[in-house]
Amino acid sequence: MTYIPHSPHERDTMLETIGVKSLEDLFKDVPKKHRFPTLRLPQALTEMEAAAELGELSLGNENVRTDLVCFLGAGAYNHYIPAAVDHILQRSEFYTAYTPYQPEISQGTLQSIFEYQSLIVALTGMEVSNASHYDGATAVAEAVGLANAQFHGKRKKVVISPAIHPQYRLTLRTYVQDMQMELVGDNPKVVNSERFSESGPESLIPLIDGETALVVVQYPDFFGRIYDYAQLIETAHKMGALVCVAANPIALGLLKTPGEMGADIVVGEGQPLGIPLSYGGPYLGFFATRKQFIHKMAGRLVGETVDTRGQRAYVLTLTAREQHIKRERATSNICTNEGLLALAAAVYLSLLGPTGLRQVADLCYSKAHYTAEKISSLPGYSLCSDAPYFHEFPVCCPKPVAEINAHLLEHGFLGGYDLGQDYPALKNHMLLAVTEMNTSEEIDALAEVLAEVAHA
Amino acid sequence: MNIPANLKYTKTDEWFDPATHKSGLTDFAQSQLSDIVFVEIIVAAGEMVQAGKQMASVESVKAAAETYAPVSAKVAVVNDGLADNPELLNSDPYGKGWMVQVEGGDVSGLMDATAYTKFCEERAH
Repeated sequence: MTYIPHSPHERDTMLETIGVKSLEDLFKDVPKKHRFPTLRLPQALTEMEAAAELGELSLGNENVRTDLVCFLGAGAYNHYIPAAVDHILQRSEFYTAYTPYQPEISQGTLQSIFEYQSLIVALTGMEVSNASHYDGATAVAEAVGLANAQFHGKRKKVVISPAIHPQYRLTLRTYVQDMQMELVGDNPKVVNSERFSESGPESLIPLIDGETALVVVQYPDFFGRIYDYAQLIETAHKMGALVCVAANPIALGLLKTPGEMGADIVVGEGQPLGIPLSYGGPYLGFFATRKQFIHKMAGRLVGETVDTRGQRAYVLTLTAREQHIKRERATSNICTNEGLLALAAAVYLSLLGPTGLRQVADLCYSKAHYTAEKISSLPGYSLCSDAPYFHEFPVCCPKPVAEINAHLLEHGFLGGYDLGQDYPALKNHMLLAVTEMNTSEEIDALAEVLAEVAHA
Repeated sequence: MNIPANLKYTKTDEWFDPATHKSGLTDFAQSQLSDIVFVEIIVAAGEMVQAGKQMASVESVKAAAETYAPVSAKVAVVNDGLADNPELLNSDPYGKGWMVQVEGGDVSGLMDATAYTKFCEERAH
């Protein structure tokens, strides 16, 4: 797109047209004292000085690529990102977070989004995917929006597993606060290590009734556990309710798809697909569903068609669902997508292919199981779950997690997630994640430090 | 524009047939919406509908609209087949594109074809 600045003459013409003398006059309605407040800023630096200061500040950062060995997951994971991902992302043709409205000049971007959607559909076992949401948490919340729209607000109950990511549950509550929905099932206080297995899908079945719009579970769940949700989904369907599965996309390279289990909506955090760990994002929310719910799905959607000459072409499709047309009756009033990060996921998945993705998943699985075995043999440590798990598992520790993590950090390890923060009965429980990035030497070293902390 | 003389009309562009008690979207409405790609009837057989309350949602390639019940009555049948063939609303709005059939209904508040023709002409300018 051409950048066309306006000249002082054009500015004067515009001001004259609307009958205003100067630019300042446009801000007259803002009280004077707020117009140009005195900011308490340090003295201005030269560019050279600023670069030096920022450079020094950045030395305080510790990252998982060069400084720390990472065993922290809990929703965001340290995976290898092939160099081609960044290379393609940084091409100026792609370098925008937005979906293009003008197909005439945006075929490349539209095609890449169409491919992203196709890959997500294949990965989740669903029929249609939108062009993404902000992150896993907001994608879960949008699933509730779909269910609410599908039942025209007539079913008011959402059953949520307590083993859904705590931050997803918080985001969900923020999103639905004006939908008059009742959220049940996710009391974190009921999750404790003695009766850990009772926080699985069976605990949700009695809560599903004729008022239930949606049941939300995670796969693998927040504790890394793998369940076959087929029976839960069957029960929900018998009651007329929909089921949303929030899935880890890397795990889907290895496991049965939620689509095969009968899920109606599959969402998740797309960060593991070629997006670096970063505090606060930007991340990627993927969202897939069945064709019958396509008109209630939020978000952008790219479709394949033919142009006037019969050539294959891509366009935004079914846009009348969206808020710019359907206004307050749209399923969601957030239509921002994460175009650039969706592209990263598409490039990542294309580079790896089904075999490569399965290899990554296999490595995560085996290394996590090696780690769990190693740690459970240490005096004072035990695994509190006997359910099958993927690349993450909770460990019952002999000391407070914060204390153990401080010790680990001194040895160059980023330790696990302190589950006591969200689940009061899981005090001294640490959630450890292992990916293909963790070598067996690192895992052995982690176990040594953990053994040392237990005795200290 | 096709405005059959035997039907009654609403200001929100629905038609009602006093003989069959069927209702739907007028030819004027479908032409304004252009290609309709989605229709969802939100009332069900046995339910009471109130004149002026929403009975369906319609989406075209460029617009979204709601259709409202032309009369207050009990729903007898809804045209379930429309969901799979929303284009019938464009091609046959007074025939295969009917939406909801009710039991009876008071037509005194509705326009006749002459009044509705005038109403459409006024809006065209």
